[in-house]
Amino acid sequence: MEVDMMKKVPVREQAPEVRAKNFEEVCEGYNKEEAMAEATRCLNCKNPQCVQGCPVSIDIPGFVQALKEGNIEDAYQVISLSSALPAVCGRVCPQEKQCEGKCIRGIKGESLSIGKMERFVADWARENNIKPKAAETKKGKKVAVIGSGPSGLTCAGDLAKLGYDVTIYEALHKAGGVLVYGIPEFRLPKEKVVEKEIENIKGLGVDIETDVIVGKSITIDELLNEQGFDAVYIGSGAGLPKFMGIPGENLNGVFSANEYLTRSNLMKAYQEGSKTPIMKSKKVAVVGGGNVAMDAARTALRLGAEVHVVYRRGESELPARAEEVHHAKEEGIQFDLLRNPIEILGDDKGWVNGIKCIKMELGEPDASGRRKPVEVPGSEFVIDVDTVIMALGTSPNPLISSTTKGLDVNPRKCIVADEVGKTSRDAVYAGGDAVTGAATVILAMGAGKTAAKAIDEFLSK
Amino acid sequence: MFKILEKEWLNVNTFKMVVDAPMVARSCEPGQFVIVRDGEDGERIPLTICDYDREKQTVTIVVQTIGGSTAEMSKKEAGEYLADFVGPLGKPSDLVTDDIEEVKKKKIVFVAGGLGTAPVYCQVKWLHEHGITADVIVGAKTKDIVILEDEMKAVGNLYITTDDGSYGRTGMVTTCLEDLVKKEGKVYDHCVCIGPMIMMKFLSQLTAQLGIHTMVSMNPIMVDGTGMCGACRVNIDGETKFACVDGPEFDATKVDFNEAMRRLGLYKPEEMAAYEKVKAQS
Ligand SMILES: Cc1cc2nc3c(=O)[nH]c(=O)nc-3n(C[C@H](O)[C@H](O)[C@H](O)COP(=O)(O)OP(=O)(O)OC[C@H]3O[C@@H](n4cnc5c(N)ncnc54)[C@H](O)[C@@H]3O)c2cc1C
Ligand SMILES: Cc1cc2nc3c(=O)[nH]c(=O)nc-3n(C[C@H](O)[C@H](O)[C@H](O)COP(=O)(O)OP(=O)(O)OC[C@H]3O[C@@H](n4cnc5c(N)ncnc54)[C@H](O)[C@@H]3O)c2cc1C
Ligand code: SF4
Ligand code: SF4
Ligand code: FES
Repeated sequence: MEVDMMKKVPVREQAPEVRAKNFEEVCEGYNKEEAMAEATRCLNCKNPQCVQGCPVSIDIPGFVQALKEGNIEDAYQVISLSSALPAVCGRVCPQEKQCEGKCIRGIKGESLSIGKMERFVADWARENNIKPKAAETKKGKKVAVIGSGPSGLTCAGDLAKLGYDVTIYEALHKAGGVLVYGIPEFRLPKEKVVEKEIENIKGLGVDIETDVIVGKSITIDELLNEQGFDAVYIGSGAGLPKFMGIPGENLNGVFSANEYLTRSNLMKAYQEGSKTPIMKSKKVAVVGGGNVAMDAARTALRLGAEVHVVYRRGESELPARAEEVHHAKEEGIQFDLLRNPIEILGDDKGWVNGIKCIKMELGEPDASGRRKPVEVPGSEFVIDVDTVIMALGTSPNPLISSTTKGLDVNPRKCIVADEVGKTSRDAVYAGGDAVTGAATVILAMGAGKTAAKAIDEFLSK
Repeated sequence: MFKILEKEWLNVNTFKMVVDAPMVARSCEPGQFVIVRDGEDGERIPLTICDYDREKQTVTIVVQTIGGSTAEMSKKEAGEYLADFVGPLGKPSDLVTDDIEEVKKKKIVFVAGGLGTAPVYCQVKWLHEHGITADVIVGAKTKDIVILEDEMKAVGNLYITTDDGSYGRTGMVTTCLEDLVKKEGKVYDHCVCIGPMIMMKFLSQLTAQLGIHTMVSMNPIMVDGTGMCGACRVNIDGETKFACVDGPEFDATKVDFNEAMRRLGLYKPEEMAAYEKVKAQS
């Protein structure tokens, strides 16, 4: 296979006009030949910048060299040392800001396609039934993990490998957190990828109890004092959706992105014959510019609607992964940038029939260094839509903090934890979105990993 | 999986199930609810807790078959299993969490419309066990659909009223309450009202006039029931609250009933189609 050293080996994708009408995965990924060809572009740097960009410091040149030589299993073992969910991260990490953003190749040409290679290696390992090894000796100690998102799964998996008896308690009826209820099938296949990863973790001996809400069904104190757990890890995420507080937000046809995506992903409302309904919209405005907004917009598009993304800053400020913005545009989603909603309009029956927006321009940089959008007076206009989806971010749910005495939270309702995940309560650790607020899969996973190590040290004392 | 231990039809379209659910039974309180999925591809159905037994680790629910998912669930029999049964969700009733000595000083009336009798029963029973006997008004369209009559009589002071006068008093619950207060010299300072939204709306207009502090149990459309989706948002005194975590009971004078009723109609066409499909199968 011929390789242009300055350019990524192109990856196969479903054509935009085809995928806009289905929920199959957009990106088909590399095959072995393509992945190995891409690996030849790596310079095997002495001081690899890419590793610095990866939040869990995967030995990228290490796995890429093994891949180059065709030793896929070795490549998988290298990745596994640092990441428990490579098939997921290879698909959803914001690589352009992390590993690939730092790759030396990116200075003159295109960076290595690290995410796509990682994905190939992980998919290959799964298809060839290569699994993490279960512990041989048990420690005889019990750890409870709250939440089965990437953070909880990783922490549980690592602790099980060390020989602890681990039980995950999950509020929903299905394990996976945002990976099952938030991120759509066309970006992260559920049966093919997520469920298999979860099966692997169960294979390590981790017990997953769904339908248990910690703080309601049982409290952390009861887990520690009555149920015999020696430590607890909180990976409960940041699921509470924000609304704007503008007039008309409770009209029929206004949804949080979480509701819209949960109906479609977790409850399978996108499939024919699903028992859970989802609104059949003709024209949708999605408010926000992050991954959640892109996912909601592209779901609505696939369900047959014309979709506008309304975002108050400009193109370069869109917080979503670059690949998702690119895919969304190819699929025909319209971006109304530098626009901010001020009111949602409804008909006399209380159904949405428009969204009133105002134009914005970028002013002085704010505390975050980003230029602050300010309204252009008198520039109001209306887009006729029948549905508005709010994707403005989420914050941690107070269910756990309000039922656990002595567990400190900050003013943003995030659980306070130190760099290894230790909270203000003895034997209680936390990490992922519950601590940082809405962030990324890889950070949530990294936090679970670090905390597993700290819990092991604590329980080995 | 959660085993159905008992099942009984209470009237033509309402059934009761006693379910083996240790995690819920250990910590639930009156006023809270559960979310049930009957099968692996089922919808998440919120249902109020009607009774519970901590020792036997069981929870009782009463369900009215009004649509596709409840009709589907009604096909399950004792000995079979429900796929999911999660809870307890929402906050317990104020009567349960307030200082019991203060609650004892109150003159309490419950008003239940139709199916609302089931969740009301849970609270009345709890009060009875704590030495408090409350008055209970149960309203139904007609005699045949009155449910839990004997159970309720055993724990509270029951007044039944039917719209058509076929049983008990004649007229709606509002008439009954007004008669009790204005003609029969009853005095109340606290009311809990559970039933169809329209009934709660009119009853709370009456109790506002009569000066009776009233709590209503809101039943908006829900998905997760844990505060994650915002489907259940209700307008309370101009502020948006999530009924699944901030409720389901709210101070009646603060509720925007018109908005709540409108939001319940969100999926009407889809629901009708689903119900027709299930009915056609049976
Ligand atoms: C639509 C969407 C798209 C995203 N896209 C990307 C992306 O492309 N790339 C990326 O890196 N990140 C993305 N993210 C962010 C990423 O998914 C999150 O940062 C990550 O999932 C956080 O992991 P977590 O384990 O901390 O929490 P979560 O994944 O939120 O999992 C928490 C779990 O805990 C459960 N839980 C909560 N409270 C309790 C309780 N009291 N008792 C029991 N269980 C409880 C919840 O039900 C949930 O299953 C996206 C997020 C969303 C919503
Ligand atoms: C906190 C709470 C407690 C409840 N307690 C009980 C109870 O004890 N017994 C009982 O029979 N019913 C109860 N309900 C109502 C019950 O959940 C609905 O009747 C049921 O979901 C209808 O589903 P369906 O598919 O059979 O009917 P559908 O045809 O889908 O709907 C019929 C009507 O039910 C309402 N509804 C539909 N989906 C939902 C949903 N996901 N959540 C809430 N309402 C919905 C709508 O108003 C709709 O018009 C409760 C609802 C809530 C929110
Ligand atoms: S985990 Fe994410 S950041 Fe790290 S190498 Fe893989 S894709 Fe890059
Ligand atoms: S920076 Fe780029 S070229 Fe260098 S080792 Fe990392 S991936 Fe290879
Ligand atoms: S039901 Fe989802 S937030 Fe209340």
